[in-house]
Order: sequence, then C-alpha cells, then structure tokens
Amino acid sequence: MTQLLLFNITNGLMIGAFYVLMALGLSLILNLSGVINFAHGGFLVIGGYIAYTLEPYLGFWGALVASPFLTAIIGLAVERVLISRVYGRDPLYSLLLTFGLAYILEAGTRMIWGAQGKPFTIPEFLSKPISNEFFFITGYRLFMVLIVAVVVTGLFSFLRLTRIGIRIRAGTLDLETVAGLGVNVRALRSLNFAVGIFIAGLSGVLAGGQLGLEPTMGAGLLMPSFIAIIVGGVGSLAGTLVGGLLIGVASGLTAVFYPSASEAVIYVLMAVVLLTRPRGLFGEEGMLT
Amino acid sequence: MGINSVSTKLDRRTVIKAAAAAGVAQFAAPFVISARAADTLKIGMINPFTGVYAAVSNNELIGAKFAVEQVNAKGGILGRQVELLTEDSANDVGTGVQKAQKLIDRDQVTFLMADVNSAIAQAVAQVSNEKKVLHIVPGGHTDPITGTDCHWNVFRVCNTTAMEANSVAPEVFKRYGKKWYFITPDYSFGHTLEAAAKKNLANLGGTVAGDAQTPLGTTDFSAYLIQAKAANPDVILVLPQGGDMVNCMKQIAQFGIGKQIHIAGLQQEEESLIGMPPEARTGTWMLEWYWKQPGVPHVEQFVADIRKRSGGHVPTARTWFGYTALWTFKLVTDKAKTLDAVKLAKALGGLELPPEIKLQPNKVYYAAGDHQLRTSSFVGHAVETPASADPEDLFVVETVVPGDKTSPPDTETGCKLTWPA
Amino acid sequence: MNEMNRKLSILAAIWVALVCAPFWMPYVGGYTALGTRVLVLGLGAMSVNFLLGFTGVLSFGHAAWFGLGAYGCGLLLKFVAPSTSLGLLAGTLLGGVMGGLLGALLVRRRGVYFAMVTIAFGQVFYYIAFQWSSLTGGDDGLRGFERQPLHLGFATVDILSDSTAFYYFVLVCFALVVAAMAFILRSPFGRTMLAIRENERRARFLGIQIEQHIWIAFTLSCFFMAFAGSLYALVNNFADPLGLHYSQSGNFVIMAVLGGMRRFWGPLLGAVVFVVLQDYVSSITINWQIFIGILFVLVVLFFPRGLLGFLQQRKRA
Repeated sequence: MTQLLLFNITNGLMIGAFYVLMALGLSLILNLSGVINFAHGGFLVIGGYIAYTLEPYLGFWGALVASPFLTAIIGLAVERVLISRVYGRDPLYSLLLTFGLAYILEAGTRMIWGAQGKPFTIPEFLSKPISNEFFFITGYRLFMVLIVAVVVTGLFSFLRLTRIGIRIRAGTLDLETVAGLGVNVRALRSLNFAVGIFIAGLSGVLAGGQLGLEPTMGAGLLMPSFIAIIVGGVGSLAGTLVGGLLIGVASGLTAVFYPSASEAVIYVLMAVVLLTRPRGLFGEEGMLT
Repeated sequence: MGINSVSTKLDRRTVIKAAAAAGVAQFAAPFVISARAADTLKIGMINPFTGVYAAVSNNELIGAKFAVEQVNAKGGILGRQVELLTEDSANDVGTGVQKAQKLIDRDQVTFLMADVNSAIAQAVAQVSNEKKVLHIVPGGHTDPITGTDCHWNVFRVCNTTAMEANSVAPEVFKRYGKKWYFITPDYSFGHTLEAAAKKNLANLGGTVAGDAQTPLGTTDFSAYLIQAKAANPDVILVLPQGGDMVNCMKQIAQFGIGKQIHIAGLQQEEESLIGMPPEARTGTWMLEWYWKQPGVPHVEQFVADIRKRSGGHVPTARTWFGYTALWTFKLVTDKAKTLDAVKLAKALGGLELPPEIKLQPNKVYYAAGDHQLRTSSFVGHAVETPASADPEDLFVVETVVPGDKTSPPDTETGCKLTWPA
Repeated sequence: MNEMNRKLSILAAIWVALVCAPFWMPYVGGYTALGTRVLVLGLGAMSVNFLLGFTGVLSFGHAAWFGLGAYGCGLLLKFVAPSTSLGLLAGTLLGGVMGGLLGALLVRRRGVYFAMVTIAFGQVFYYIAFQWSSLTGGDDGLRGFERQPLHLGFATVDILSDSTAFYYFVLVCFALVVAAMAFILRSPFGRTMLAIRENERRARFLGIQIEQHIWIAFTLSCFFMAFAGSLYALVNNFADPLGLHYSQSGNFVIMAVLGGMRRFWGPLLGAVVFVVLQDYVSSITINWQIFIGILFVLVVLFFPRGLLGFLQQRKRA
C-alpha cells in the first residue's frame, strides 16, 4: 500500500509539473495583459505538430529546441495583429477573440496536418522504465519534470533578475506608472505574450511525446491550467506553480482509492478554494477583481 | 497616444474584402464537400468530420464516394445519377439531428447514412424512422441499434460488440489463459464490449481478475495499469478505442507490462495502429476488415482504387463500411425496383453481398430479423515492424470468422421490428 | 411620435416574420426545424444578454444553466412523467435554482476573474454530467424520452411528428419569456441594472445594493437560460454534456455581441446569423470551424457594437 501511495504521489507530482508548465504560460499572459488566452491549447497543439514536422530533419532534440521558438514567433505575430487591439477594452472582447482564435487554430491544424493522429517518436533511452522497483516511472516522465524545473527556474530568474523581467512584474501591478516611466509597454506586452506562447509550444512538444498528436488535444489540457491558476491565486506565478502541483498531487492521490474520480477531484478542489479563500492560495485581493 | 491605443492601418473595408475573398476561395475545390444539383438521387451522409472521430469519418467518406463513382458508372440507381450530400455532425447530437432534418426536409434525400458516434446514430435513427427514410449505419457500434432499439428502416454494416467479443474471446482464452483483467472505457460502447467479453469468459469457464473503468479521454493509464498488474491476470483486455487506445498501449509498452502479461482486446482499428509508435503495436485483436487478403477476389483492385483516392493510403475497415453502405442502396433498389422505403427494407432482409462488394471470403448478408450485416471478423495480432513492404501493413490476420458464427441469432438480440401498417 | 411609430412597426415586422416563418423559410433554403433551433438558441443568447448587455456582467459559463435545463426536462420526461409542460418546469427550476445558489457565491467578483470562475464552474457541471453516467448517460447523453403531445383541453397538439406545430409551440414559449424579459427591463429594477452597467461606483453611492441586484439579475437570467435549455431538450429529444460546455457558452455570447449587446433584439439577430451561417457553411466545407473563428475575430475587432449597433451608427453618420 505504501508503495502504491508513494508511486501515485510521485506520479501526481509529475502530472502536476506538466500542468504547471501550461498554467505558467497562461498566467504570465493573464497577469500583464489581463487576457484569458483561450487559444493557449491551440498554441500547445501547434508546438507539438511543428516539432513533429521538424523531427525528421533536426531529430528529437533539435525539434524540442526549435519548435517553441517558432511557436513563439507565431504567437508574437498573433499578438501584434490581433490581441493588441483589445487591450484596455472590456475583458469580454479578449475572451471572444481568443475563443475565436482557438477555433481557427484547431481547424487550421486539422487542415494542415490532417485529422489522423500522429505518433511522435522520442529517443529510445527515454521511453524505457527507470528501474524495476519504481517500475512505472519512465525516463520520459522524469525528463519532463526536469524540463519543467529548468523552465520554472529560468522564468523566475528572468523575472527577478533581468530588467525586462522586473518591468513585467511591475507592469502586472501598475501598468500606467510603468508606462509613465518611459517603458515601451507595447513591446513589453508583446514580449511577455511571446514568452507565454514559447512555454505553450514547449508543453506541446512534451505532450506530443507523451500522448501522441491530435488536433483536438489542446482543449482538454486547458481546463486544468485554468484551475491551477484559480487555486493558486490569480496574479501570482508562485501561486500558479503551487496550484499546478497541488492539483496534480490531489489527482494522483485520488487515483489510489477511486481512479475514475481522479479528474473530478481537481474541480472539487477549485470549488473548495473558491468557497473558503476566493482569491486563491497566494492571490492578492484586488488583482483583476 | 496612450498605452492602449489601437493603430488601425487596416481599415474595416479592406479587411472585410480580404476575408470575403479568402472565404470565397473556401467554396472551391478541394475544400468543397459536395455541390447540389437537381434531378439526381440524393443520399445523405452524416458523420463527425470535425472532432476526435474525424479520421475514421473521413475514411468512411472516401469509401462512400468511391462507391458513388462506381454506381454512377453503372447507370446510377433506377436510372438516376447518385449525388452524395455530406453533413458534419461535429460529435454533437443536436447538430446531428438538425442535419438529419435538413437532409430529409430541405434536401429531400432518398437514403441516409449516419453516424460513427453511436449516440448520434441512435438519435438520427429516431428522425429517419419518423420520416420513413431508409437508413444504414455504416460505423456506429452500439448493440441496441440492431437490438433493443432497432427500427424497421435502420440497418447496420459494422459489427455489434457481441459479434466482436464472440470472435476473438475464444482465441484469447485458448492461447493465453482463463484469468482476465479488463480496462474498459466508461461509456455505453465500452460497457457493452466488456459485458460481451465477460459473457464469453464465463461460458468458457474463466474468471475475471478485476476491471477498471477509465473515463473517456484518459491520457494517463498508469494507475489502472498498476492495479492490473497487481491482480496478476493471464491477460489484460484493453477495450478503449481511438486516442485512448493509443495512449494505453504506449504506456503498456513503456512499462514493459507486455513482457509479463499477455495483451489482447476486442475491436482494433487500422487508424489507431497507424497512430501508435512501433513498440506499442502488440496484442491480439480483431479488425472488422483488413486490406491484405491474398487470394480473395477483387480485394487487390479495391485497395489499388482506394489508394488513388486517399493520397496513397490503404483502405481501412471504415473505408469498407462507407463503401458497402452506399453500394447496399444500389443492390436493394436493383432487387426491389422501387424507392418505397418499406418495400426496400423488406427486400434488404436476407440480401447477400456479391464478392466485389463484400471483399472477404465468407457469406455476408443482412439478417432479416435484426437488420445486422453478418460480416466477418478478422482475428489476428498487431506487429511492431510492418509485415510487408507496405508501412501500413501493421496487422497479421490469423483467422477470418464468419458473421454467422459470431452473431447471436436474431431472436436473441432483443430486436422486435414493428413495421408500419 | 415618429420614434414610437418606428419602434412599433419594427416590432410588428419582427413578429410577422417569426409567425410566418414556416411559410417563407423554404424559399430561402431554410427548413422549419432550423427556425425552431434559431428561436431556442436565440432565447439562450437573449438570456445571456440580459446579464451581459443590460447589467454589464460577464458570465462566460452560462451554458451550464442551459444544459441543466435540458437535463432537468429530459430526466423528468424519462423517469417521472410524460408531460411536456412538467418537463419544461422541471428544467427551468433545476437550472434556475442552481444558478441562483451559485450566483450567491460569485457576486463579489467582477470582470476577468468573474468570467474565469463562471467558466470553471460551468465545466464542473459539464464534468458531472459526463461522469455521472448512470443518471445522465455520460458521454452518450440522455436518451429515451421525447416531447409529448400537448393536451390543451379542447385539442391535442402533436408536437412530436409535426414540425410546424412544434415550431409554433416554441414560438409561444419564446414570446412569453421575451415578454417577461421586456417587462423586467422596463421596470425600476431594470433601470437599476442599467445604472449598474453604466457606472457601478456611482450606483453604489446612490445607495443601491449592488451585489443584491446583480444576484437577482444573475438568477433571473439563469431561469431564462434554463427554460431555453428545456426547450432544446424537446427539440432534440436528447440532452448531452456538450450543452453545458464552455464552447456553447462562447457561442451564446458571440450571438449576443454579433447582433448587438445593447439592443433587446440584438441577440436574436445574432442567433439568426450564427445558426444559419453555421448550418450553411458546415454543409459546404469541413473547415467550417475556421469561419466561425474568423467570425468571432471580425466581430470583436470591427463590429463590437454588433450588427444593430453598426446599423445605428450608419444612420447617425
């Protein structure tokens, strides 16, 4: 029993790590620009498919590195042309815009790559199980956690130590003052969005290796990210990190006793948080009210 | 200029013109599904062309379109050229019902084919029954369609879950052992598959080591696989389909479970096999039709013809479903020489498919009692490396079990047909 | 007086068009069932707009009440009694009451956060409908019921096989709800809603109980929405989890915005355009989703005031 418990908690943390990756990108965009990016799942899928297309030429590692950058460039273009037009307007419009974008991305993916699911090959050594004791943990899952750890560390360092990062953080608190101080807010928002989409693209490559590629896979991964943000607290990246891990672990624990409820439990968790501490675990009162 | 200003170099008019131009382009080939002409005999096909079933729906469409070509080359149906009208049910029952009403009321289709999604197939069957339109279900598997929920105007091509279980369960029992663990997708198709398999197991004298109900769309099967392994069965039956099947098999391969426990299942699809990485392609399954049938007449020609129309891919069971369903309309109208739905439905009972349509060795016919096509099951195993030069040869057929043997007699399916007065 | 006459004649024109729909629709490539669907979805869009356009509250998970209405109606028809009117009542109550309860939790939030929370809660209901398959049928949906004939005392109307009769039944229901909405909007309560939309802080300074008003408006819109959902179950003889999904919510909102959020009849116009467009385009190309997405984008960027708003602007210019 203890081994079962231990395994499921570890597994839960790994799943949670993946949710964290998705949710961080979403959170970044939400915090600075106040935009709920419904199309985030769509960018994830594009990231995965671009990697699939590049793999024959660049190999797995090349695709892993190149795809997020290419996805981020697409994201940047989208932000410049479409999303920047709804900043400052009623949040309704950014919701509808990204909603429509999600439709376009899904249909576009299907149009370009076809509806048939595609396998995405990962290197041989990663797909083997680690050992016979913790036999259900494959190298790939550990690899994913490693990547997430690297990205999280990189992101937090970026935000804390670089000038641009500090400006982004300042912008989430008070964008007008930041503009008043002479910062090019437009460029800041674009960069921020691109970073968020970069992370989404990376999530897509990782998901592709785990699940295979399919045009509709984005939508199902979007909701847990949402919940991670709500549970952790809107406006706080640390909160998103904790939220993602928390729902992953909760999911893993439930799988021990009642496997079919392991997805439901994250919704229950969200409901509990909203009832007892509506701003989320690390959220601050008044962030985006 | 504030931080939130919008610079509009593109003005409204330009964008609308561009969008209109792009939009008009969509209404030209190759994106057009179908055009609508007059005085043709119209047949409607409703399938979820968007969403998770898009790939299999598309294959059904390829088969149906090819059949239309052949039928029209032979003079059409009762002298009229056939026109195939397709509608997307988008995996939503409301949309499926709406499209059915549209095809019947507005487009005046004579015949209907729907739907891969069993729930939609049943809902559309209700509509077609109300409106007295002959309706063939090419690829919706749930048993009640030719069982407890059968209608006089509804027929089905693909296997029922009972037929699938009956075809492969005895083989699995003989080869691998009597203790089975089930991984079942938690929806009606999964439940009926499981029930049919369990029934077989009980009849053969085996035991159920346990079963796990997996929600649709589960991506992580590790918790269920741990339980399965702990139960120490002789064989694990993997019943999820589509993307769930692919994920489950991948994880089984990743964890090396197949080395200790045999893997088998009931229905498998070529589309899923193509979507799996090579190491996941293991296990004993049944396919509802397979393209590699050396020695069986007409099959090679069919494969060659389909390759030309599908971008080089082989036909799958789904392609064959669409092909057969559409050809059935021609066969039965040739036999009964009428378009009256009731007369046609009566004539369809017992109708046997000729070799160039059935494309398999055994006798294939529509049973009069439950309107289910007695089609064969292709039992075999999946292979990691393609069995021949063709990269899509991913299954080795061991036996082809006739539909007569796998199907329960139509008195046992629970179908009671009530004909209109 | 001219303004009044203009408004009355527009109103008359709308109702004439609706009443005569089964007759003129076939000539433009439509069919009666399409008209019924437009009415039901239009009602849903108007219910969302009751909150969105007239109170200024962004609920993006409103399909939850729509879906609950559908399930309530279906469950009653299937398990309790074969009565259309009871089914409608059951569905409306289920959606409305659940909405009211949930609304009480949410009224303190606004803007983006409110939207997120409504989406998340909407998905909770979707998930319950999906998982509780023994009751709801799960992914396969709730089947096994159908709309029952109406026994009006002096006549029995068969709304099951007669699509025209069913269309008129839905039209009558539509008219009743729309009248109720209009009545509320014209009342002092409705005026207060508008005040809250325009400037919440000022309204608060005037002593208006903001949270209470928003909660009442929210609950009312949930009841209307649930009624629309119950009708939808009757249209399809079916209820399924997709009716609860956030994509359905998004569709209602886009109908409201497309037609014109600040106008009473805007959402109905939006529903007409959206449903007809989707019906038409999805018959022609598999890639119809791209068109829907592009529609969303165009509306947001270039027609934020919707078609009616756009027409009004043209007139002024």
